[in-house]
Amino acid sequence: MEEFYFYTEGLTVGYQGVPLIKNIEIRLKKGEILTLIGPNGAGKTTILKSIIRQLEPLGGLVHLDGREIRGLSGKELSKKLSVVLTERVRPELMTCEDVVATGRYPYTGKFGVLQEEDRRIVRESMKLVHIEELMDRDFTRTSDGQKQRVMLARAICQEPDIIVLDEPTSFLDIRYKLEFLSVLQGMSRSRNLSVIMSLHELELAERISDKIVCVKGDKVDRFGTPEEVFVPGYIADLYEMTAGSYDEKTGNPELEPAKGEPQVFVIAGAGSGTAVFRRLQREGTPFAAGVLWENDLDCPPAKALASEVVLEKAFYRISQEKVQRAKELIDGCKRVICTVDLEEPGEWMEELREIAGYAVEAGKLQLEGNKDVE
Amino acid sequence: MKNRRYVLSFFILGILVVFFLALNLCAGSVQVPIKEVLNILLGGDADGMFTDIIMEIRFPRALAAAVLGGGLALSGYLLQTFFHNPIAGPFILGISSGAKLVVALVMVFALGRAIHISSMVMIAAAFVGAMISMGFVLLMSRMMDRMSMLIVSGVMIGYICSAVTDFIVTFADDSNIVNLHNWSKGSFSGISWENVALMSVVTFLASALVFFMSKPISAYQMGESYAKNMGVNIQVFRSVLVVLSSVLSACVTAFAGPVSFVGIAVPHLVKSLFRTAKPILMIPGCFLGGAVFCLLCDLLARILFAPTELSISTVTAVFGAPIVIFVMVHRRKEKAE
Repeated sequence: MEEFYFYTEGLTVGYQGVPLIKNIEIRLKKGEILTLIGPNGAGKTTILKSIIRQLEPLGGLVHLDGREIRGLSGKELSKKLSVVLTERVRPELMTCEDVVATGRYPYTGKFGVLQEEDRRIVRESMKLVHIEELMDRDFTRTSDGQKQRVMLARAICQEPDIIVLDEPTSFLDIRYKLEFLSVLQGMSRSRNLSVIMSLHELELAERISDKIVCVKGDKVDRFGTPEEVFVPGYIADLYEMTAGSYDEKTGNPELEPAKGEPQVFVIAGAGSGTAVFRRLQREGTPFAAGVLWENDLDCPPAKALASEVVLEKAFYRISQEKVQRAKELIDGCKRVICTVDLEEPGEWMEELREIAGYAVEAGKLQLEGNKDVE
Repeated sequence: MKNRRYVLSFFILGILVVFFLALNLCAGSVQVPIKEVLNILLGGDADGMFTDIIMEIRFPRALAAAVLGGGLALSGYLLQTFFHNPIAGPFILGISSGAKLVVALVMVFALGRAIHISSMVMIAAAFVGAMISMGFVLLMSRMMDRMSMLIVSGVMIGYICSAVTDFIVTFADDSNIVNLHNWSKGSFSGISWENVALMSVVTFLASALVFFMSKPISAYQMGESYAKNMGVNIQVFRSVLVVLSSVLSACVTAFAGPVSFVGIAVPHLVKSLFRTAKPILMIPGCFLGGAVFCLLCDLLARILFAPTELSISTVTAVFGAPIVIFVMVHRRKEKAE
């Protein structure tokens, strides 16, 4: 276990003696980013609180930097570990700079007076998360997103080896979500900072994490790399999803498909059909799609939303068997929408042109211009 | 820029303390010229009657108002920090009333048996009462999340204690009860030099300890979880804060009875003056501010309808209550933004 900067041994957490999650085994090296995912109320926050010593574990051990965490003094711990919590802070009459500067607490003297060095680190931390312009702003008069970034700067300026964050990106817009996570990623690379956090944004968790912990029921259901965790079907299982679907490969969620016999057939490909699939889902119209190659961009949304998808193996020419199946489906549909450019000179377009021609003969074809692609 | 504001604020508060101290010595039913006052204080020749009035009555009383006012404001500041509630204070949370009740019990018991009770016993009794009330308030704060409910329960505890005190005072049969009655309404009158010495020792000692806690207090302002992460031992910190704020308000109650609103109004005024909530500035600031506030209020209590004296709480409420209302309205506005 020497190589791990942070690890737990048979950690059991819970409230008032009632165990919530048992036998947690998490291991993390220096400079790694670990993310907790799992349904609401699964106990992600409880785990985080227990490993930052805000909550007494009901059993097991937490090791940090080769030492058992309970053996560290408050001051020692504060120099190794800092936090960004969901708890709302409403400090009175404090500028954002003042709030960030509270991170210097473990380093200042008896009366907490900041030295020049402290001020420099405060300024640096604010620069790192791009909030220099908030320096003199009253903290209570900033937006939720700004507050969150101030709290990150505060955690950074505590100069920890590890930062623990509870749902840090929940109130941020997409720009700041990415900016926020980029700062963490940058710090993990440049300063070898370890990060433990909980995230609700699965697609971001998959992209940023070195390790992912899946919390479900009373245990850690899975612990591993994103590749090990984001296998097809697992997310729906982890969250016990009852409506819609999540595509582990692309990180795209789709709503519940319209059920029933397909009324529309969509000739799609190369991502041109996705918008149409989603429009039909909104209208509540059941549809079929094809013929799609398995490696086509349109394939995951089609699988999630269509009643039936005619699929061809990747890198293979469309077989007559599939063409036949497409024609059968067209027979049962009122309309056919074609989103691919049939003029495309590609050699393997021949079969799609044949299917489209079949639809024209039946008077069902409706060409969807490239507007849906753009 | 900021530092200049802080220095200036302390300067203003210092001047005000001296000014009101002087005014308290000069003004009253018998006017004493400032020259005479200086003369007396410097030990020069002066009119015998003037000397008596200044040295036996007005000077100890003014000092008591200053010291106790400071302690009370500080106690309020600590409670506001502790409960993260801008209108918490020893009076409104029923802590003063709890202290009053136990002191009244002890006094009636002692008077009935003609036992002389020392100031130290009075402080101890007040402290016991304050801690009992504080215990109730803490219990309530565990059970109720809402800040406003905490205040309501504090006010209720205050009423219960006051009612029991009135009951005791009404049925205690003793000529000295008049004194007790005055005291239970709150007043700085009848303070001896011995009292002043003792209250100064207790108040200054407690205040000094509070000052040494300014760093953890600043961490606590960020909320408990963050304070913990900064390395503050929350259990110890909370206990010390509770004990110190109780000692301060108990000391006041033992000598001057319950004094309302100082604990809420002064920290708020001082915050506005300094435009910061940094404990290292607020702690001395609140002490000085409380001294000024109580000196002013006691002066008004004495001279406004002289020779009839108002109870000190009557005057502090006139100034303090509007400030509380202002704070509440202001906070509501901030939330809405």
